[in-house]
Amino acid sequence: MYLDGENRRSLTPQLAFRIALIGGIALVAFGVIFFRLWYLQVLSGDQYEAKANDNRVREIKVQAPRGEVVDRDGRVLVDNRTGLAVKVTPGKLPDDRAQRMGLYRRLGRLVGASAGRIDRSVSDQLKALPYSAATVKQDVKPDVVAYLLERQKEFPGVTVERVFLRQYPHHQIGAHLFGTVGEITKEQLKDQRYRGVGLGDRVGQSGIEYQYDRFLRGKNGASRVQVDALGNLKGELAVRPPVQGRQLRLGMDLGVQKVGQEALGGARGAFAVMNVRSGGVVALGSTPSFDPNLFSKVIRARDFKRLSSEELGKPLFNRAIQGGYPTGSTFKLITSVAGLQGGIITPETVQYDGGSIQVGGVTFKNAGGAAHGAVALRQALTVSSDVFYYLIGRDANGTGDGLLIQRWAHKLGIGRPTGIDLPAETPGFLPTPKWRNKLFKKKLTDRPWSVGDNINLSVGQGDLAADPLQMAVAYSTVANGGKVLRPRLGLRIEDAGGRALQQLESPSPRRVKIKPEYRQAILEGLRGAASAPGGTSEPVFKGFPIPVAGKTGTAEKGAGRADQSWYVALAPFPNPKYVVAVTFEAGGFGADTAAPAARKILAEVFNVKGDAKKQVGSGKAY
Amino acid sequence: MQASPYGTGVRDFREEPRVPAFRLDPLLLLATLGLVACSLYTIATATTGDIDGSPYYFLTRQAAYFGVGIVLMLILSRVDYSRFREWKAGIYVVMIGSILLVMAVGASARGSQRSIEFGFFSFQASEVGKLLLILALSAFLVDRVRRLGDRDTTSRAVLMAVLPAMLVIAQPDLGSGLVYLAIVTACLFVAGTKWTHFAALGGLAAGAIVLVLVAAPAVGVEVLKPYQMDRLTAFLDPTENPREEGYQVNQSLTAIGSGGKTGRGDLATQTKLDFLPEHHTDFVFSVVGEEFGFAGAAIVLSLFALLIWRALRILTMAKNLYGTILAGGITAMFMFQLFVNVGMTIGIMPITGITLPLISYGGSSVIVTFLALGLLQSIHAQARDAASGKGRDLAL
Repeated sequence: MYLDGENRRSLTPQLAFRIALIGGIALVAFGVIFFRLWYLQVLSGDQYEAKANDNRVREIKVQAPRGEVVDRDGRVLVDNRTGLAVKVTPGKLPDDRAQRMGLYRRLGRLVGASAGRIDRSVSDQLKALPYSAATVKQDVKPDVVAYLLERQKEFPGVTVERVFLRQYPHHQIGAHLFGTVGEITKEQLKDQRYRGVGLGDRVGQSGIEYQYDRFLRGKNGASRVQVDALGNLKGELAVRPPVQGRQLRLGMDLGVQKVGQEALGGARGAFAVMNVRSGGVVALGSTPSFDPNLFSKVIRARDFKRLSSEELGKPLFNRAIQGGYPTGSTFKLITSVAGLQGGIITPETVQYDGGSIQVGGVTFKNAGGAAHGAVALRQALTVSSDVFYYLIGRDANGTGDGLLIQRWAHKLGIGRPTGIDLPAETPGFLPTPKWRNKLFKKKLTDRPWSVGDNINLSVGQGDLAADPLQMAVAYSTVANGGKVLRPRLGLRIEDAGGRALQQLESPSPRRVKIKPEYRQAILEGLRGAASAPGGTSEPVFKGFPIPVAGKTGTAEKGAGRADQSWYVALAPFPNPKYVVAVTFEAGGFGADTAAPAARKILAEVFNVKGDAKKQVGSGKAY
Repeated sequence: MQASPYGTGVRDFREEPRVPAFRLDPLLLLATLGLVACSLYTIATATTGDIDGSPYYFLTRQAAYFGVGIVLMLILSRVDYSRFREWKAGIYVVMIGSILLVMAVGASARGSQRSIEFGFFSFQASEVGKLLLILALSAFLVDRVRRLGDRDTTSRAVLMAVLPAMLVIAQPDLGSGLVYLAIVTACLFVAGTKWTHFAALGGLAAGAIVLVLVAAPAVGVEVLKPYQMDRLTAFLDPTENPREEGYQVNQSLTAIGSGGKTGRGDLATQTKLDFLPEHHTDFVFSVVGEEFGFAGAAIVLSLFALLIWRALRILTMAKNLYGTILAGGITAMFMFQLFVNVGMTIGIMPITGITLPLISYGGSSVIVTFLALGLLQSIHAQARDAASGKGRDLAL
């Protein structure tokens, strides 16, 4: 046994004290740990358990498909298709920038984008929504998906997800009506209107898609999944299925819409077809049109530029509710109402049309230099005597405050929005003395208001700006006896099976008082124009089985520019049910372009079989 | 009634002068085996999903380490520890040499050069160094027992610990370096160094901390690696940087807190979904807290309390000063690791990379812990032997 002099038999008091001190330290330390554990586990256990659950549970948004849009007969106008989107999950991307760019380069070759663009887009998306997958490309072909899935190792963090894409099966038909969808903007996110919509969701951005977005957009579902610390999926905990948006039934007729756009034949123009009693819009179109499917994915800047370009006629521009044009002689309906109601003329007042009149040293001529002789209201409308209306314009300017025509035009809906259920409608413009005099004071025009301005207005020339829908509203007010209708596209909200959930009531129309005999006289004048010998559109409607009352219009737009061509028709006479308004930006005489287009549309509205071949002024059959 | 082997007069101990086969401290053994059981159960539940395809990878290894450790402990308990006193110079040289060797050829484990891989086992010199330091330091102090009041004795002892401490901190293994410093403090304390020396050492330590944490970074000298600095200071405010250093503390607190009174068992998602980092090594106590709750943590802590009580008791029994200082160093090693590790998991101590003895997974740590326990048992056995030789009853 090892022996040394330091063997001790008993504890010295000093050592005993020191060991007691070590024991004391241990006791205190155990006490601190015990109370800390008590605090953490017993007192705050629930709190930490909630935190632990927060850690592991992620909610993944499950996109809800938007509701479908159908026409009055249930034909599908807008629906959805499923697309395959390529996404990247941020947690699984290579940390090294060079490797990441390499991945983007390989991915870019597959989906047709540069590595830099993918990088920028992904980092933008991740800034907005950290930790959730960022979309690289919305809609890829199945063979690309197959390629990616077979080579998962080469594409770390790249996933393929099924997404709903808005589909417009009729492409250019009704594009302006249906509108487009797009990702919700930052401003919209703050708007009450979009409560419950999250970042990255797609909402209606124009047209019906925008107007009825509240009904069309569904309720996103959610999948609660368990993830580990690296964000790997470890199983699904619960699912809240997405709810598709409501189906929207429009009162329109797809067939008429199609025929209308074809009748315009790609020329710059627009048309409106409306029920004169209810205000239900049957068709409303603008050409050139575009394919709203382009907006279902993220639209390319190049495409957007093309759709906005002046040379191509700004296809995105909805001429039916945004185009402000002088209306030419179609305005005479309004001047007639103003002249009759204002007491300047009676239905029987006869004026002598010598082909021109002189007012204040300026000569105002009939179109084409024709002289119609002695004419009363009906005949003046039938043959489109300008002189007859020049005189009303001249007299109206000198009566009372001189605003008789403007007041009646305003009452009939000119110079203000019609209130149709579409966004971005423009009011057009109704020239007044006050407006021109103010401009003159500011030296923005060379002359103050004169009687000549009012004479121009009386035949729809000059500064007046109106669109086809406004003219359709004005004409239907006369046709229905004084109801200024609010045009309506939406009919009702339905469930997916087509059962009505909610009728979309249109607000009760404003009323104006027009004496029945005046109304009668005007309608007869319009009927004559489309049927009586010498009527301006009589050749166009020869042989048309439905009695039509309609007015041509040809508006001058200044030197060097082709005339604006118009036709507004009411049918069937004498109790019209529909109004059709057509305009061409560069159509020349109304009777040459707009009226034949109107006939094609009316033939479809009234289901006149085989009418296309018999038409005058149109060599094209479709 | 069964007869006791001792004190009945049936056997005459004078006829059997040899130490009985196992004169172990039964309660220390009980605490040891209890903690082994806790460790195996915790590792088993915590690591099943860590390596795909081999759910028992860590469990089987840890069990093997325990097996080897227990055998080594039993062998060492029969050896008279006093022999090691003669070899102090050799022991010290082996310690420094092995640390340097690891630094020279050690495999890189997450940027740390702290072990040499032997396939099944990775040798961590800094772990073994703890025990070698205690052996060498105790011998040095016993040699100088008459001159303990000299400043020279204290400063030499401190230097003996600071040299390996600096080396392992450079590896970088901050935790083991701190353990070395705790060991030298305890050995001096038990040996009977004057209070004035401790006051001076305390002042020096405070100065060093200020220098390393505040002054040196201010002038651009990097004594600790930036991540070591961050870990040291993260526990002060874990929410400040929730995705980096504060992350570990936050996840550990969440794990322990969510365990509640009786634990989450299979729903222990912090552990099973990897939110808790290092859950089989540094943060194994958080696993205990989450899976078995306050009750489980209390059982583990009670076993540790039992272990420390028995260690302190052996400290009072030792037959010679060498045994006393040795037991003091070993007790301090256990206490320091226990309190710093558990304190780290509950957010009241900095993250230093110190493992929990007997519970944490790891070959070197397990083996060294059992060697230390073997030494304690040896001190116990020798003390009982010496006492019985003098006819004193120091039995339980």
